Amino acid sequence: MRTNLEKEKNRFSGAVINEMRIKLPSLSVNESVARSVVAAFCAQLDPSACEVADIKCAVSEAVTNCIVHAYKDSVGIIYITVKLCEGRTVRVEIRDRGRGIENVRLARQPLYTTDAENERSGMGFTVMESFCDRVRVNSQCKKGTTVTLYKLLKNRE
Amino acid sequence: MLKKNCTLELDGNREELTVILRGEIDHYTAAWVRSEIDASISELRPKRTVFVLSEIDFMDSSGIGLIMGRYAKMQNIGGTLAVRDPSDRVERIFKLAGLERIIELEKGEKNNEN
Repeated sequence: MRTNLEKEKNRFSGAVINEMRIKLPSLSVNESVARSVVAAFCAQLDPSACEVADIKCAVSEAVTNCIVHAYKDSVGIIYITVKLCEGRTVRVEIRDRGRGIENVRLARQPLYTTDAENERSGMGFTVMESFCDRVRVNSQCKKGTTVTLYKLLKNRE
Repeated sequence: MLKKNCTLELDGNREELTVILRGEIDHYTAAWVRSEIDASISELRPKRTVFVLSEIDFMDSSGIGLIMGRYAKMQNIGGTLAVRDPSDRVERIFKLAGLERIIELEKGEKNNEN
């Protein structure tokens, strides 16, 4: 068990080559800004078109969660850190200081939503999980949530 | 008003409403197109609504909510809904939610490589 967990961790623990931090107010219009800026920064690792699309989609989901859930009735700051690491790994951390998630395990279930009236499908975490190699969620009620997306890029010829 | 990376074209009659979406569907653009499409559905009460998605460059799970919501609205007025020419990527996102089991997916002669 332990060795498996360590192996898993090692896969994503390459040294950081380059790093970017951005801060955006939780305005819906910034969903496209966030995913485009992250994709542009990742371009230096020469990802495939499909990998770029995967990253954009996962970032869009995490940022939308900050806007729709974390800062539901207010505008707060969304902190995004992108780390490009040895071993062609991309780590994107999306952090807010919003409401927090009461039950992370439940929130990650496909089709689970607390915002059905606004047509949120409850598929955000499912999309992140299927487009990334690992998704870590850390949340504390009334303190905020940090979602870390790990994406391993394939080697390019 | 801030610029939207999405355009909407609506064309229809009592038989069929065609909804052509181009650009990016996310939470921001979905909220806007949703109200426009719903106004058309309420006004025309078509038997069928077809979403043409061949020119969508980006879509996240907001697209699932958009289609599911319109599907429910069409059911309410006794009509049907179809999605035409989604890219492989868009189709993959729909399939994550099992959408292909309830809505009709139409694949035209146009092949899209995205």
